[in-house]
Amino acid sequence: MSHAVTSPDFVNNSKKAIADPVLQTALDRMTRGFPVNRRRAVEALPEFDSLRDEAKVIKDHALAHLDLYLEAFEKKVIESGGHVHWCLTPDEARATITRLVRDGGGSLITKGKSMVTEELGLNAHLEKEGFKPLETDLGEYIIQLANEPPSHILGPAIHMPKERIADIFVEHHTPLGFSERKTTPEELVAEARTILREKYFQAKVAITGANFLVAETGSAIIVTNEGNGDLSQTLADTHIVVTGIEKVIPTLEDAATLLRVLARSATGQEMSVYTTLATGPRRPGDTDGPGTFHVVLVDNGRSQLLASPAKEALRCIRCAACLNHCPIYKAVGGHAYGWVYSGPIGAAIDPAYLGLNTARHLPNASTLCGRCEEVCPVRIPLPKIFRYWRTEAFKQGLTPGPERQGVRLWAYFAKRPKLYRLWTRTAARVLAAAGRGKGRLRHVVGFSGWTNMRDLPAPEGKTFFEQWKNRE
Amino acid sequence: MSDKAATRYNVGLFVTCLVDLFRPSVAFAAIKLLEQAGCRVSVPPTQTCCGQPAYNSGDRSAATDIVKQVVAAFEQFDAVVVPSGSCAGMIRHHGPLLLGDDPEWGARVKVLAEKTFELTQFLATKTAYTPTAQHTAEVVYHDSCSCLREMGIGAEPRALLDHVTGLNRREMDGREECCGFGGLFSVKYPDVSNAMVSAKVANIKASGAELCVGADLGCLLNIAGKLKRDGAPIAVRHVAEVLADHCDKPAIGDRS
Repeated sequence: MSHAVTSPDFVNNSKKAIADPVLQTALDRMTRGFPVNRRRAVEALPEFDSLRDEAKVIKDHALAHLDLYLEAFEKKVIESGGHVHWCLTPDEARATITRLVRDGGGSLITKGKSMVTEELGLNAHLEKEGFKPLETDLGEYIIQLANEPPSHILGPAIHMPKERIADIFVEHHTPLGFSERKTTPEELVAEARTILREKYFQAKVAITGANFLVAETGSAIIVTNEGNGDLSQTLADTHIVVTGIEKVIPTLEDAATLLRVLARSATGQEMSVYTTLATGPRRPGDTDGPGTFHVVLVDNGRSQLLASPAKEALRCIRCAACLNHCPIYKAVGGHAYGWVYSGPIGAAIDPAYLGLNTARHLPNASTLCGRCEEVCPVRIPLPKIFRYWRTEAFKQGLTPGPERQGVRLWAYFAKRPKLYRLWTRTAARVLAAAGRGKGRLRHVVGFSGWTNMRDLPAPEGKTFFEQWKNRE
Repeated sequence: MSDKAATRYNVGLFVTCLVDLFRPSVAFAAIKLLEQAGCRVSVPPTQTCCGQPAYNSGDRSAATDIVKQVVAAFEQFDAVVVPSGSCAGMIRHHGPLLLGDDPEWGARVKVLAEKTFELTQFLATKTAYTPTAQHTAEVVYHDSCSCLREMGIGAEPRALLDHVTGLNRREMDGREECCGFGGLFSVKYPDVSNAMVSAKVANIKASGAELCVGADLGCLLNIAGKLKRDGAPIAVRHVAEVLADHCDKPAIGDRS
């Protein structure tokens, strides 16, 4: 089943998420853990900030010459015996992948973790076409069994407590002969591993994502902590890499720099456990590797994003540091955002991929606190991008009426100081009178969003300018 | 430093809309502090708002008009001082983004940006001012996101507070985390905003402080409003009030 986009319902989604104690416990745990680990890793590497500068320059350069590097990458892939497929739309990408999978034979497909395939709703599509895609990343495997979308770029099942995972495993693994309910993380991992292990040998086709595409060598790089991506892509006859066009970088040297900031920003590791380069199909004399190698390059709004003032979002290397440090994400979790990419980076790119009308809430639901930009390894100015989308929404008439008219009215007064003084004098007196004696208001008509959950401190009485005029 | 003391700045005070409307005593405290620091203080009557509500809602045209009004009202001064990191950041960082390329206003807005300061930043880095206030309390300082990340201010208000006799300064957990105010955000997404301010006041309470001070009235209205609703006996004040020895007046949200 494909997961419906619920981004237009962000307000209701977030209310539900805040009222869900199980989710809140999971969010509290993760948003305490990740930032501490990142900070420890960053403090242990004095050159981290200059590496971030280098990482930004590498990605900016690659994006500024994206056409050249993609063509260079394609040339290298072809030279090494592989194939490259260019897909502008999700439909094209799904059709292309389906054709490649069919050519590969068999119905079982092992999958490494790939956010782009989530973006394409690929599993649902492949199932409809009669295939059995099987996620091999533990988190992805869990949400596949639960039929839920990912809630985090890095840890797709991070919203689930282990008790829920134990229940899901009992339900789905009992028919496979694993009926005993496991309780510790180690036992749960071991059970999933046992079940997945034999699938790697059965599947003829493997689909993975890519963290980087290296133009110099035609390599697709993936990093994992479980080794599942390696097993998938090495043991299948056909390896299909599905990724976005923005992942290409010039050289292996560049990849080394980006990898140094990636794992530290993501989990606080110096390096992920496995870093795997796939360069073409198995060569004569190679002991293993796929016989056929494909790279499916997906655009899906990326070239339009590249042409917009929000293009810096394409530097993203999917470390999830912005999610881990975001107070909004911490409050509502990933599912509230209503699509594949959540948190600050989701708020920056979802409007480009889903349409601004659908994703309008996401860049608005931010205090512009800047914590995301502060920790981003490639220095994406996320608040600036949120403001860009807000400006676009205002221009296109997508800003809701009350906000639009409220801001216009405010601006009308703010541009006329004398009128403004009259208005603020009145407002201050009315509010001060309403709060007289208590110093605060428990209800303010038209301001219930605030006063339902907080008091509004009352104004002192006369405005500053009224008092200042009298004093001068 | 000698040059600090030697300069007698002609300062234009940008009052901010929230201080004007909700807590004029912050502006009077700021004037007192700036005068004690040897500045001549003027309050241009043609100021209203910094333009942030329009800017952050995507109305660039209104925001641009208001920034022009700020430039015209304040360019005559040696320095613009703002008792808010948020409004100071708007003038200093976002004004040039809006108008920097304008043939008529570009140069003017950039000059103004360079001489715009948040109050504690100005006092600590541009003057030789040392607070002489007295107030006995366990105090915790709340960093606004705009001060901390946009303006790079954190040490300055703490250093000034450490000169106040009787204050014992504590730190809270999660001090880098937003309080959930965010201007219109607080009413557009009240549930999320409430979740954020709940986390913030939990940390304030856990710090053991009896007084929370900050440099941005938006955050302080939010924090005080939440503490009051919870019935927590923690006073909330703008840092200027404490430095100017105005703690005899009711704290934010307290009965007068």
